[in-house]
Amino acid sequence: MSLILFAEQVLNGLQYGVMLFLMAAGLTLVFGVMGLINLAHGSLFMVGAFAAAAVAGATGSFALALIAALAAAAAAGALVELLVIRRLYDRDHLDQVLATFALILIFSEGTRWIFGSFPLYLNIPSALSGPIALPGGIQYPLYRLTLIGIGLAVAVGLWALIAKTRLGIQIQAGEADREMIAALGVDISKLYTIVFALGAALAGLAGALVGAIQSVQVGMGEPVLIVAFVVIVIGGIGSIKGALVGAILVGLTDTLGGVLLPELFKLFLDNSAASSVGSALASMLIYILMAAVLIWKPTGLFGARA
Amino acid sequence: MSRESLFNAAVLLGLIAFPLWAWSVDEPFMITLATKAAILALAGVGLNIALGLGGLVSFGHATFFGIGGYAMGVLASHAQVFDPIFTQPFVFEGSKSMPVIWLFAIVFSGLAALAIGAVSLRTSGVYFIMITLAFGQMFYYFTISWPAYGGEDGLSIYVRNGFPGLNTLDPIQFYAICFTILALVLLFNARLARSAFGLALNAARQSPMRVETVGLNPYRLRLVAFVISGMITGLAGALFADLNRFVTPSMFSWHLSGELIVFIIIGGTARLLGPVVGAVVFVGLEQVLGGLSDYWHIYLGLLLLFIVLFARGGIIGGIAGREAAHE
Repeated sequence: MSLILFAEQVLNGLQYGVMLFLMAAGLTLVFGVMGLINLAHGSLFMVGAFAAAAVAGATGSFALALIAALAAAAAAGALVELLVIRRLYDRDHLDQVLATFALILIFSEGTRWIFGSFPLYLNIPSALSGPIALPGGIQYPLYRLTLIGIGLAVAVGLWALIAKTRLGIQIQAGEADREMIAALGVDISKLYTIVFALGAALAGLAGALVGAIQSVQVGMGEPVLIVAFVVIVIGGIGSIKGALVGAILVGLTDTLGGVLLPELFKLFLDNSAASSVGSALASMLIYILMAAVLIWKPTGLFGARA
Repeated sequence: MSRESLFNAAVLLGLIAFPLWAWSVDEPFMITLATKAAILALAGVGLNIALGLGGLVSFGHATFFGIGGYAMGVLASHAQVFDPIFTQPFVFEGSKSMPVIWLFAIVFSGLAALAIGAVSLRTSGVYFIMITLAFGQMFYYFTISWPAYGGEDGLSIYVRNGFPGLNTLDPIQFYAICFTILALVLLFNARLARSAFGLALNAARQSPMRVETVGLNPYRLRLVAFVISGMITGLAGALFADLNRFVTPSMFSWHLSGELIVFIIIGGTARLLGPVVGAVVFVGLEQVLGGLSDYWHIYLGLLLLFIVLFARGGIIGGIAGREAAHE
């Protein structure tokens, strides 16, 4: 394989990785602060994508579509938190898993009911379409490069929000001692709603951005959700840094494994066998990576909680 | 007799009476529906040994269900086209015999449970839930991208596999097989819960440290429970594949893992017949609500949400009142 192709695949892996980070950040934040497993996070990804596709279809503006995705996902997140999630903080993980599983059923069928079973399409804005020349003779789609930029910017912004602002300090304090910060006069239930809506908005943003590369359809959030769980388990649940490292690691492993493993097997198998064994193994690679990390560190790379 | 035992007896009698009624009025579809409920109940009973008794929230039990299904698919597909699975060191042609298929389903799902359990049980709580979920996905994507056995399209078997002395194509006879297995496994489950092993496992769920203090190893207890649990769910998978004469990667899907947990919760966690009641209610709802609306999953979701938020203890919990779940 040529070096240029390899470099393109690395960029693809990075792009997938930063999108996974947008998903994983919300999950890990909600788990770290509130101790809650939210399976319905993938539904918020889907809500973002559908809101973006609907608004882009009506207005033709990608910027408006992105704003709509953020707003719709944040609103859906806040509503779900107020109506359902807030009753689950004190419950065990089994109840949380089931209630949020029920929310997935409601969100998916509700979306199918409103938009129908056929996929929607969201076009890449014309200003960002087409390839761009990178140093070393690489031609890479500008849109995907923008996604990498947005993802990294969000990572930095999230870090600044948590480390530098008053809200971030309250979030960290809530993670450490819920009762103490309530005693200090912080409205803890409002704080939780805000954190949940923030996580939802990030998922919605990821959905809208990815929706322009894939088609927008019911159930699109679920594969991403599972991979996002793999990311936070690898990174250590509750750790934003872990989510970023885990997301990049998983993004690169998945993308490069899909290209490199069949090539590797071609060294000692015939072509068709090599590509089928290679691709079957590549599809399992991130789960093997996760198992390996957990054998080595049962609470993930940056995790403290068990 | 406690209220729960009376209710349990009524459920089992219903599982005998309903298909017999359907048979007498010549409604084979109703028998098939009952068969589906019995098989899904069996898978749920398997999961309940890990989840109810051992406190292990496995979100990946579809893995074992799928392995059982593919044990049937692989053995029967080779046998039906006379293409041996392997020829060295001896010729193995596959099989169209249910007992042989069950043996393979149990052994392979047990081995998978041993490997997955050995890794997953090093962790606990939310990590355990996520890891079992991820292992299930691993098998799901593997079967999708493995073209030798149909890939995404799965495998079809033209004629249902055989059982010595019975005509398995007759719905009521196939139901009899499935119900008998369910009844035997329930008996085994009841004995297991009262055995020294079951008591130790139950104790390990409540207080691992005390169990360790008396010289038992909670990790080993949980691993054994996880393997037994996986084997039973694997057997259910083989029967399910035979019911449909069809296996696809969807048997591994995480929705199915979720549904198995849903059976247990609807019926009542850690209740002997919890998964059975849950599976019957689920199959019934699927039929009734599915007939009323294309979007029946919304109603199912709302019902589930209601049970989790307001009616803890499930149906049996509601009937048994304050009686303890573990007698």
